[in-house]
Amino acid sequence: MTRKPIVEFRDVQMQFGLQRVLAGVAVTILPHETVAIIGESGCGKTVLLKLIVGLLAPTHGEVLFEGAPLQTFSERQLTQMRLRVGFLFQQAALFDSLNVFDNVAFGLRAKGGLTDAAITERVHDRLTEVGLALSVVSKMPAELSGGMRKRVGLARALALDPDMILYDEPTTGLDPIMTDVINELILRTRERRPVTSVIVTHEMRTVQKCATRVVMLYPLARLSENEPQIIYDGPPENMLTADDARVRQFAEGNASDRLIEGK
Amino acid sequence: MQFTGAARFSLVTTHLLGAATALGDWSMFSWRALLGIVQRSFRRQELLRVSVEVGYASVGVVAITGAFIGMVLAVQAYGQFRTLGMETSLGAVIHMSVVRELGPVLAAVMLSGRVGSAMAAELASMRVTEQLDALACLGVDPVKYLVAPRVLASIMLLPLLTVLADLMGLFGSSLICLQVYQIDSHHYWRHTQDFVKVWDVFTGLVKSVIFGGVFSLIACHRGFNSQPGAAGVGRAATEAFVLSFIAILVLDFFMAMMANSLYNLIWPGAVSRVA
Repeated sequence: MTRKPIVEFRDVQMQFGLQRVLAGVAVTILPHETVAIIGESGCGKTVLLKLIVGLLAPTHGEVLFEGAPLQTFSERQLTQMRLRVGFLFQQAALFDSLNVFDNVAFGLRAKGGLTDAAITERVHDRLTEVGLALSVVSKMPAELSGGMRKRVGLARALALDPDMILYDEPTTGLDPIMTDVINELILRTRERRPVTSVIVTHEMRTVQKCATRVVMLYPLARLSENEPQIIYDGPPENMLTADDARVRQFAEGNASDRLIEGK
Repeated sequence: MQFTGAARFSLVTTHLLGAATALGDWSMFSWRALLGIVQRSFRRQELLRVSVEVGYASVGVVAITGAFIGMVLAVQAYGQFRTLGMETSLGAVIHMSVVRELGPVLAAVMLSGRVGSAMAAELASMRVTEQLDALACLGVDPVKYLVAPRVLASIMLLPLLTVLADLMGLFGSSLICLQVYQIDSHHYWRHTQDFVKVWDVFTGLVKSVIFGGVFSLIACHRGFNSQPGAAGVGRAATEAFVLSFIAILVLDFFMAMMANSLYNLIWPGAVSRVA
């Protein structure tokens, strides 16, 4: 039996002013997949992620969530959909004026329906799940290290038991050990609950360790006319033997002819 | 660079369209914020925190501004009035100016500089660090949650600060007139009482409510629409102050006209009270 896609991009184009970032993008994400979206900086990976939750609206084409176009969603439907999606932002995006506890509890309080005791229990569970000591609850975001901020951000994304988690460059700016810790947390999260994951990254270790499928975007500026922006869509293990030299180059992390910008 | 007539027309049209779009966007943004106030879509703690920043922390600067404006007016006007032998009327003129115009306008300008820029910078920094996106992802409307308490605090507290500026203006001018220039205090206060009426205080306070709403909405809108990076945050703060300052002065002009027309409508035949 074929699974219904949870997210579908149909001929999506995205433009900011005169700058076109995405063109003709068509991707389908199935439930329980872990899809890594990779590509060079500025190729539109984060834009793609924000289109999923309606933080941005496509200039052309449509984005569907469980078969329904986001453009047709009312404000209430959009909010309901967003509460089913956890988002780990690039710099964690913790609320500066709230402590760790209030950050993780924020979505639970906004959604309502839980007692204070239930919220406390859920917050403690999620912090433990991401490997943080409960003594951290009263700390302010400014007092946390980069790795801790990412963990709190993940705990906040997991607090509402989402069906889907979006990771925006979860390991950027972290040391190799903390990078592996975050990779392990992504794997553990997937093992504990039937969640669909979309990971935007350019870290090949994350791709190899966590992804079940890789979608590679290429910057529009370096594509010729009518060339598709998605240059690879397949399992991570086949990237090194892909027909397209640009995919192999990215997987190997080889500068090659890119020493001078503009090529 | 030379522009042809058509190119010039196109340039003007583009600018006008851009301004109209920005005004429309600001209006929609303001509507959402006002809805947020009505629906109370914010935390009480946030309202309290912003109120302390807008009100309590601004007391000193508004008091000093009010006092010195009163003192400067007294120093500048004394020479002219003395020549005409009308020193005792100084109180009426200065106090009328302070209560109707200078108090509300200066308190609003001081607040848009001190608080408006900070609001724009704080929200711009939240935009840059994706905290506004995070709010939306957690099922909260960032405009209603963040802008509504800031606008409400400004609308509630600017009139109180205006009263403070008025009182300090009265104090400053009286200090100079009565203590330094030794003007007869009985006639000084008598003339003030004859000229400055409740209507003048009322129009000044109505202005301050509108100024409070407008400067906070402009500041928050600039913050929400900030460009990325540190330069974007700085630019948002600057734009917030410049636009608020212009808006306050333009609105003040139109409200002075309206107040005058309204006064003549309610009390026909009375002396015009344009300050």
